[in-house]
Amino acid sequence: MTETQHFWRWSEKTYQAPDLDWRAASSITVGVDVGSVSSQAVILADGKLLAFNSTRTGSSSPDSALRAFRGAAEPIGLTLDDISYAVGTGYGRVNVPFADRTITEIACHARGANHMGGPSIRTILDMGGQDCKVIRIDERGKVLNFIMNDKCAAGTGRGMEVIADVLSVPIEDIGRRSFEIDEEPAAVSNVCTVFAKSEATSLLRAGWSVNKVLAAYCAAMAQRVAGLIERMQVEREFFITGGIGKNIGVTRRIERLIGVEAIKLPADSVLDPQIAGALGASLFAHSLYRKAQKEAAAAGGTAPGNGGTPGGAAEPAGEGAGVAG
Amino acid sequence: MIVAGIDVGAKNVHAVLIQDGVVLAKAAVVSGFDQEESAERGLQEAARVAGIDRSAIQAIAATGAGRKALAIAGQQPTEVLADGRGAAKLRPGARTVIDVGADEARAIRLSPEGKVLDFAINEKCAAGAGAFVEAMSRALDMSLGDFATSSLGSTQSIPMNAQCTVFAESEVVSLIHANTPAADIARAVHDAMASRVSAMVRRIGVDDPVVLGGGAALNVGFVKSLSEALGGVNVEVLPDAEYLGALGAALIAWESAS
Repeated sequence: MTETQHFWRWSEKTYQAPDLDWRAASSITVGVDVGSVSSQAVILADGKLLAFNSTRTGSSSPDSALRAFRGAAEPIGLTLDDISYAVGTGYGRVNVPFADRTITEIACHARGANHMGGPSIRTILDMGGQDCKVIRIDERGKVLNFIMNDKCAAGTGRGMEVIADVLSVPIEDIGRRSFEIDEEPAAVSNVCTVFAKSEATSLLRAGWSVNKVLAAYCAAMAQRVAGLIERMQVEREFFITGGIGKNIGVTRRIERLIGVEAIKLPADSVLDPQIAGALGASLFAHSLYRKAQKEAAAAGGTAPGNGGTPGGAAEPAGEGAGVAG
Repeated sequence: MIVAGIDVGAKNVHAVLIQDGVVLAKAAVVSGFDQEESAERGLQEAARVAGIDRSAIQAIAATGAGRKALAIAGQQPTEVLADGRGAAKLRPGARTVIDVGADEARAIRLSPEGKVLDFAINEKCAAGAGAFVEAMSRALDMSLGDFATSSLGSTQSIPMNAQCTVFAESEVVSLIHANTPAADIARAVHDAMASRVSAMVRRIGVDDPVVLGGGAALNVGFVKSLSEALGGVNVEVLPDAEYLGALGAALIAWESAS
C-alpha cells in the first residue's frame, strides 16, 4: 500500500549553532511562537542564536509549544530546567506552559524583523498560516501601527495548503513552478479559497497546465495581500516574515504590484522568515531577563529563574500595539 | 406548447417543463464541467420524466451561473429575475425572497405585484452559501440530511469564531476533539451561515412574507437558524424550493412564447 502524499506538508526545520557552548552561557532565553498552523521555538545563549525549531501546530497548544522547544533543545542536551526566561507569543501564546510572560505576535514579529532585516525596516508583511498582517515599525523595532486580515483564508498559508492539495503540488515547489510558464495568466477570479478550488479544477479541465493555474492562484493571493499593504502604505524598507514569505510565487508578485522590493536575508543566513515571531519573543525574553537581573542586583536580591512572575517585568517595546489573533 | 426553464447552477442543473402554463415535469442532474452538455442532460431528463421527446420543447429560457454559455436558450434571464418570477408564482404576495444555493446566495425584495424592487448577492465567499454547510458535514463525517436534522436536537448555542469556511473546518475539528455533541456543532454551523445570510437580507430590508428557495431551503436546521437570525420572522420554505430559478425561467419562457 502506498502512503497518501500530503502535498501541503512543508518541511519542519531545526538548527543548532555549531560553535556555541550553551553550558558556558550565563543566560538561556527562549521565545516560542504557537501559531495556528506552525509553531517555532528560538533559543538564545547570552543573546546569541543557539538553536531554533519550526514544527506543525497540533491540536494542543501546550504540546505544540513543548514539541517546538524540544526540537530545538534536545539535540544539544538542553532541557526546560536550563531556561532563564521564556516568552510565549502567537495565537496560542497563553498556552505555552513554560513561558514567564506572553507578548503579542505583532510586537514579536516587529522585533524579529528588525533583528533580521536591520534598523532600516519600516514596513513588515507577516504572512502566517491563518492571518496576514501589515505592521509599521520604527528604527528600534517598535510597533507604530498595524492592520490584519484574519477572517478569510484567501491570502494565508492555509489557503495555499488547500491549493497544494487540490493540484497535487508539494507546497514548497509552488513558487518556483508558478514562474515556469510561457506567459503570466490573469489571476483566478475567485477570492474565496473554497471557490478557487473549483475554479482551479475547471481551468485544468479547460487545458491549462498545472503551473499556469499555480501562477493564476499566486497572482490572486498577491493581489489580495497587496490590497492590504496599500491600505497601510509601504514605507521603505520592506520585509516579509511568516511561512508564505518563503513562497516566491507570491512574494515576487507582491513586489511587482506594490513596486517595492523586499529586503532579503543574505543567502548564507541560517535564519528563516518563518521564525521571526519566535526570534522576536526570544529577544524580548533576553532583554526582560537582563532587566530583571539588574533590578534584582540593585535591590540586593537574586535574579528570578524559571517561573518568575509573568508580567512582572517592564513593558517591552511594542507593547500596547493591540492584541491580535 | 411546451417550454423549458433551466437553471445551470454551480452544483446542479434544474429543469422545469411547462405545458400550456402548467408545470409538466421537473428534473435535476449534477452539473458537469461542460455547461452546455449539463444543460442538455437536464433537458433530456425532464423530457424523459414528462414522457415526451426532447424535440417537443419549443422554447428554452436559461438562468443560473452558467446561463450565458447556453446557445440553445432563447432567453437568459438573470437569477434575480427568475427567482422573483418563480417566488411570485409559488407564493403570491411574497415580499422577500431568499435563495441560498451551493456557491451563491441572493435576497430579492418584491413589490406586492411581484416586481423586483431590490436585490443583494453574495457570490464571493463560501461561508454564506450551501458549500459551507456541506464542508462542515463532511468534517463531521455526517450526511447532509443527518447534519441538518441533528441541529434541531441541540441543547446549547456555541458561537463559531471562524467566519471563513476553510478556518471553520479546523474549528469544527477542535470542537469534535473537545467532545462537543454533534447536534451543538451542527447548530453552531447553521447559526454561523444564517448570520451571514441574514446580514445580506437586511441590506435590502425584511418584509413579510419571507420565502426561502434554493437547495439550502431543504435543510431544516438552517431554516430554523435563519428564522432566528432574522429576529424570529416566519421563513416559509417554498414547495420544490430547489427548482425556484428553473420554474421562474420556465414561466418567463412561457410568457414570451404565448
